[in-house]
Amino acid sequence: MSIDKETVRKVAKLARIAEPEERLEPLAKELSGILGWIEQLNEVDIEGVEAMASTVDVKLPMREDKLQDGPTGGGQPENVVANAPKTEDHFFVVPKVVE
Amino acid sequence: MTNPADLTLAELRDALKKKEVTSLEATDAYLDRIEKAKALNAFITVTPEKARDMAKASDAQLAKGEGGALEGVPLGIKDLFCVEGVLTTAASHILDGFHPRYESTVTSQLWCDGAVMLGKLNMDEFAMGSSNETSFYGNVINPWRSESGGNADLTPGGSSGGSSASVAARLCAAATATDTGGSIRQPASLTNTVGVKPTYGRVSRWGIVAFASSLDQAGPITQDVRDAAIMLKSMAGHDPKDSTSVDHPVPDYEAVLGQSLKGMKIGVPKEYRIDGMPEEIEKLWAQGIDWMRDAGCEIVDISLPLTKYALPVYYIVAPAEASSNLARYDGVKYGLRAKDYTDITSMYENTRAEGFGDEVKRRILIGTYVLSAGYYDAYYLRAQKVRKKIFDEFTDAFSKVDLILTPSSPSAAFGLGEKTADPVQMYLNDVFTVTANLAGLPGASVPAGYDKQGLPLGLQLLAKPFDEETMFKGMFALEQAAGANKRPKEWWGK
Repeated sequence: MSIDKETVRKVAKLARIAEPEERLEPLAKELSGILGWIEQLNEVDIEGVEAMASTVDVKLPMREDKLQDGPTGGGQPENVVANAPKTEDHFFVVPKVVE
Repeated sequence: MTNPADLTLAELRDALKKKEVTSLEATDAYLDRIEKAKALNAFITVTPEKARDMAKASDAQLAKGEGGALEGVPLGIKDLFCVEGVLTTAASHILDGFHPRYESTVTSQLWCDGAVMLGKLNMDEFAMGSSNETSFYGNVINPWRSESGGNADLTPGGSSGGSSASVAARLCAAATATDTGGSIRQPASLTNTVGVKPTYGRVSRWGIVAFASSLDQAGPITQDVRDAAIMLKSMAGHDPKDSTSVDHPVPDYEAVLGQSLKGMKIGVPKEYRIDGMPEEIEKLWAQGIDWMRDAGCEIVDISLPLTKYALPVYYIVAPAEASSNLARYDGVKYGLRAKDYTDITSMYENTRAEGFGDEVKRRILIGTYVLSAGYYDAYYLRAQKVRKKIFDEFTDAFSKVDLILTPSSPSAAFGLGEKTADPVQMYLNDVFTVTANLAGLPGASVPAGYDKQGLPLGLQLLAKPFDEETMFKGMFALEQAAGANKRPKEWWGK
């Protein structure tokens, strides 16, 4: 299936990537090329086949519900915000969201 | 004494234990080489101070007759592995200035075994590419050049192009790498190095920048098979921090090298003979089959009819998972934030537009599209079902054979810029490797010969899940038979 400029605009919006107007047409062409090649999957009979999300056949492990030690533990706000472009008192600072 | 940077990892390990050389001498020898090899652009960040500090600490251990399995051995780390306090970029502009406050499980195991870090290696942006041409930090250049093609720059493969180039040029004793669709094995094939992608779940993914979580797996790129066995032993193992990491004992892979292959069954899938494949690769494959037969193996013709659908499945599953994984780069938590924006949405949109390169954007858009309402069943669900069929096809094949032998890559190293115009042409590089990722199988590329231009070609072995030992036995036999241990002519040193 080929996708048009308007679909690219919509998908780019969903993906939160600003694509300039002049890129929409070329992108529609590129993505249609890739999707066209992917279409060959329609030749495969998938009747009754179960969808596979992971090759590891184990149940997700459960752990005790308590705070971990080390990097996955709590109590280290300075590490959490250390790499943020803008912070204040261990908070991430973003443009105003709620009026 | 020879330059310690000319030794294999195993030789260096033994020389260090015997105190024939110090880790600091080896580390300085490598740092000197790295400095002179800037033309290859294999490193994003070199960490000489950290390297020397780690080397001195290793020398203190070695002096006492102590130390781990990799004590004092200098390594290169693909810039997808978080290393505490060291710039980690995934070769993307969007991770500008990111200095992780934690250490990936793989690297922490390597340091625990005494390894020394030389620096962070260049790669395709977020590991998305097969030629190392999508890095924000520029192309990596293959140390190998065609004997008849003048001085044209060739690709070291991708996405682990910095890993393959640096090992081929002996800028480190060995390197870490990752493989989502072939990113360890294809670069290894193009640079005369050994690349191992372990079984999915064998090596922890914790602290590795995620691309496609159900396919990503870390492994080594090394000078020879023994070195790969040593590296994998250190990298592998169960990690409670990765819920898909499997609790399965890690064997001593080095111990199986040289064991007899007598009676082993080697599968040869006819579907890996593809249109337009160079005759030399076909011949090398036939040669590889003869080598395995000479080693006492029984050759079994097998059929994997769904092979041609593996890449299209991959280009739904991988971008879908990537579009979700890469949603975290929003200009809030780490890395880049665009300067111009009016509200939070334009902050997200402009940050991601500036921060991601073209290939990454393309894959995020494809992934977002195939997961979007109305297309999910037609693309994503269908791909997952075909993936299951491919998985079943391999399970069936491995009920009849112990290993599968194929070429690693459909071509030798190609020129930079040669395949960038058409994404699908670039994707086809991974036609022989991507199946192992979809089925979660271990796979490895071993140097096997050279084409008419003198460029290296690899052969691939695939094994049953968690049967890396059998794979290593086969790899060692292939390596011994092929004897393809040439090094590239050093044109890059200044």
